[in-house]
Amino acid sequence: MSANAGTVSEKNPGVRAKSAKPASPWAHAFRRLRKNRLAVTGLVFLILMGLFCTVGPLFSPYVDERVTGANFNRPPSAQNWLGTDNLGRDILTRLMLAGRISLTVGIASMLLSVLIGSVLGAVAGYYRGIVDQVIMRFADVLMTIPSLPLLIIMGAVLSDLKVPSDYRIYIVMLMLSILGWPGLARLVRSQILTLSQREFMQATEVLGLRDRRKIFVHLLPNTLPLLIVVATLSVAGAILSESVLSYLGLGVTPPTPSWGNMMDSANSLIDFQKRPWLWMPPGVAIFATVIAINLLGEGLRDALDPKMKK
Amino acid sequence: MTTMTNTLAEIKGLSTYFHTEEGIVKAVDDVSFSIPAGRTVAVVGESGCGKSVTALSVMRLVAEPGRIEKGEIRFGDQDLLRLREGEMRGLRGNDIAMVFQEPMSSLNPVLTIGEQLIEPLMEHRLLSKKEARAESAGLITRVGIPRAEEMLKAYPHELSGGMLQRIMIAIALSCQPKLLIADEPTTALDVTVQAQILDLLNGIKAESNTAILLITHDLGVVAEMADHVVVMYAGKVIEEAPVIELFQNPRHPYTKGLLRSKPVIGRREERLYSIPGQVPQLIGLGEACAFADRCESCLPVCRERRPVITQGENGHLVACWLYEEGVSRDE
Repeated sequence: MSANAGTVSEKNPGVRAKSAKPASPWAHAFRRLRKNRLAVTGLVFLILMGLFCTVGPLFSPYVDERVTGANFNRPPSAQNWLGTDNLGRDILTRLMLAGRISLTVGIASMLLSVLIGSVLGAVAGYYRGIVDQVIMRFADVLMTIPSLPLLIIMGAVLSDLKVPSDYRIYIVMLMLSILGWPGLARLVRSQILTLSQREFMQATEVLGLRDRRKIFVHLLPNTLPLLIVVATLSVAGAILSESVLSYLGLGVTPPTPSWGNMMDSANSLIDFQKRPWLWMPPGVAIFATVIAINLLGEGLRDALDPKMKK
Repeated sequence: MTTMTNTLAEIKGLSTYFHTEEGIVKAVDDVSFSIPAGRTVAVVGESGCGKSVTALSVMRLVAEPGRIEKGEIRFGDQDLLRLREGEMRGLRGNDIAMVFQEPMSSLNPVLTIGEQLIEPLMEHRLLSKKEARAESAGLITRVGIPRAEEMLKAYPHELSGGMLQRIMIAIALSCQPKLLIADEPTTALDVTVQAQILDLLNGIKAESNTAILLITHDLGVVAEMADHVVVMYAGKVIEEAPVIELFQNPRHPYTKGLLRSKPVIGRREERLYSIPGQVPQLIGLGEACAFADRCESCLPVCRERRPVITQGENGHLVACWLYEEGVSRDE
């Protein structure tokens, strides 16, 4: 490689310590994550849950939404492993299909709020001044409104407008991300504020790079570790919010299943007392998924940003 | 300077003030000098004398609350201070490049060397990513780093300070700048690496006729690199001369002090000489010569009026009452 290095004479140009493979910061972080047993458990559980929800229904002999004639409210049996509901639908199949919806809503609303939050936060932190004021005051206003009542109001409006069940999923995602981005924007903005003072940002200034490049290529990737952690944890939050709304009948509405609206059966006293197979499975699924996400999130935080460790 | 042909850049009456709560800090006050094409001009002075601010002013990157108040920076046939921000951005990294003091923190830790090297190539020379990558391997080889392909995939934390400074120089050179501003390029490096980096810079100057504006406080570096020296004190140019003339025949008491405070090999001394006193506060500097309080040959007039920089023989300029005609020498 140094054959044509004759331009500037050099005797000992220094050699890289380890030449084997590029040790990207991500590889380091992954190694740290692997050592954290709880986080790995969480990750494995989430992967299994994902497979259970996406691949599982393919193996089910029960087509969803088919209301079988006589099998109402059957307890778990060899045919219906988790029993059937009040319309004779197989609970296990429904649980899997509901998981698809709940996980999708959680992840999609996280992605959307990360997108909005990081872009607006970065723009606010980079330009400061009036741009910053406008964006952050708007975020503050959104943050001062308690989210649950707001979600309930929005859900009620949706119900009044008779939005079809299929569309409601998307609107629920949108609602959750609208409430999710201000926190993220704040976080990203504060990071950008400190990062802009770093010397490498002055170096980009000296190179005459465009603002767009400075923000998206130089600044945002530096906030990525934090962003990943917060995004992971916010998936759990989104799943919970979706469940709450759907449980109240204001989020994802039947016939589209979600873990939240499956829990709805717990509203009836008889079902609650006598037919635990109706509401226990979705309850356990929500509980376990949220715990797993939180464990993974904590693990990621320790792995990506050792300084944040308490 | 007048004897030299082909001036690349000329700084005329540049004043950069910082408007702080305590008052106006005249970090750079009426500074003038010029940079001939393909030569190295060193700006010397101790911390806080305004040399870095001068460099940043040329780049037009003085941060708030600093502001370039007046003056002119001629670069080619244009005045940099009159360009629109977009035009200035087109010059930065392209015609004028800069290398910083701290190579360790001047590269983005999350991007590979390659990703950072191709940026100016894509921005200013409008190369595609592929072309830029090919070009950047050549640049790395040019600054004396072997195994260029591998280096492009490395992250900054994997390299030593000296290597990173080479990378910074490679980035600065990527668009073949006419002027390279080097702000204490070797201060953060150890001595052997310093020598290598200086060799590299000298090689570049010889090869591509790039003018270098070298900011430093290290007279050893000046002796090795510079063709012409500008000495600054408290925001002003106090002496300016070709390098050999300055070292052989320093005139301003401050320059003399600086040269005396260098250790000399073979001469044993109890303590190294140091100029008494401290750099004055830059806020509310009166009419007196800023160096008067520390000066060993201070005259009464020094405390009343500030000397003006005047031309002497051998291209030697100095701002000191000692060399003015008709100044009363009585204490």
